[in-house]
Amino acid sequence: MKGELEIEVKGLNFYYAGDVHALKGIDLAVHKHGVTALIGPSGCGKTTLLRCFNRMHDLYPRNRYEGEILFQGENILSNGIDHIRLRSRIGMVFQKPTPFPMSIFDNIAYGLRLKGVRKRSELSEKVEKAIMSAALWDEVKDKLNFSAYELSGGQQQRLVIARALAVEPEVLLFDEPTSALDPISTAKIEELIINLKNNVTIIVVTHNMQQAARISDRTGFLMLGELIEFGRTDRIFTNPSEKLTEEYVTGRFG
Amino acid sequence: MSIFDEELRNLKERILKMGLLVEAAIRDSIKSLVERDVELAREVIRRDHQINALDVEIDEESIRLIALRQPKAGDLRFITTAMKITTDLERMGDLAEDICERAVELNEEPPLKPYIDIPRMAEISQGMLIDVLDAFVRKDTSKAYEIIKRDDEVDNLTVQIFNELVFFMIQDPRAVSRAVKITYIAKYLERIADHATNIAEMVVYMVEGRMIRHTENQ
Repeated sequence: MKGELEIEVKGLNFYYAGDVHALKGIDLAVHKHGVTALIGPSGCGKTTLLRCFNRMHDLYPRNRYEGEILFQGENILSNGIDHIRLRSRIGMVFQKPTPFPMSIFDNIAYGLRLKGVRKRSELSEKVEKAIMSAALWDEVKDKLNFSAYELSGGQQQRLVIARALAVEPEVLLFDEPTSALDPISTAKIEELIINLKNNVTIIVVTHNMQQAARISDRTGFLMLGELIEFGRTDRIFTNPSEKLTEEYVTGRFG
Repeated sequence: MSIFDEELRNLKERILKMGLLVEAAIRDSIKSLVERDVELAREVIRRDHQINALDVEIDEESIRLIALRQPKAGDLRFITTAMKITTDLERMGDLAEDICERAVELNEEPPLKPYIDIPRMAEISQGMLIDVLDAFVRKDTSKAYEIIKRDDEVDNLTVQIFNELVFFMIQDPRAVSRAVKITYIAKYLERIADHATNIAEMVVYMVEGRMIRHTENQ
């Protein structure tokens, strides 16, 4: 639980085009090789915050950041940052599985090929390793050439995680990774996330408080663009300091 | 009020009901001893099953709420406190029953001496129980801390009663059997005060989220 910081957010403000002030003065420390959960009612800014970590907001014009996000000490909000390289170091998994319309193998190899891996043997080795890390190998090892669309929703989500893992990211961002999945698939993804933290730092946005409680080491509670409370998950769910957090986690509002 | 809030209120009411039954059992057990009222003692013993039934009911309801409502934060602390409190209350009920059993036995022999310290001790222990139930309902931690301090008074009285009874036993061997039984009763009352102290400690946990058991924090 202790140890070094992977990401440090300092005085972060974020404005969507049209000057909607979506994040207000966020300070947050993400520990290396931990699972950090972001919870809060709809529209609180948790997904907005998640998308700051790999500059997703830059895909749309006129969005604006203020403050700093230090990733291993380097401010990723500075102008000189290479977004493509950043996104291979800080990967993202979305709410709904997003497999590419190609084979299972090619889905995983896609990012590797972009990074310049050409040798067939090296590709195979890295694809297999990624699928194994995503706990999908036993289910797909005999059908790597099948279309990714033939997999179930839960398998597709693990395929997408494998694709993100293939390029060996240091951080993985999950945006409601199980909200489109059944309970069994959800349990598999949750177990996967807990196992993955040995090698990657994980930040999860979730609507499901039980999920935050089950998988995270630290939890941040956001409301109306502000970080109301941040601390160890066991404390947030047994004895939060802030009245607003108490009301939210006990279901009194939100 | 949400269904869950209603369920929590209902749980709290059942704990209070159990607490009041225990309080009545302690009061009547001492009355039966002092007034040598065997019938009252037997009645307290008969009533104990009501306390036991509530103990089981409260535990089952708490487990149901944990399973179905996944309580968190203050709600979680309230429910876990409920489960622990009932254990203490149930034990206090058993101790009142024990006092009654000794009262029935003592009634078969002439009185050893007038009871002075035992009723005083009972009054303090009983007062601790009433107050701790109040602290629980009002979430009053300053009252809880004050109750914890009162436990020392009871402990001192126990020692005093013991010394006095030893003196009786030395003087007259025929007093031994009765004196030992009265010593037991003092010990039961001292345990009752300990259970009230446990409940007070849980009230602090419920309100502040701090475990003060086995610490110097009291």
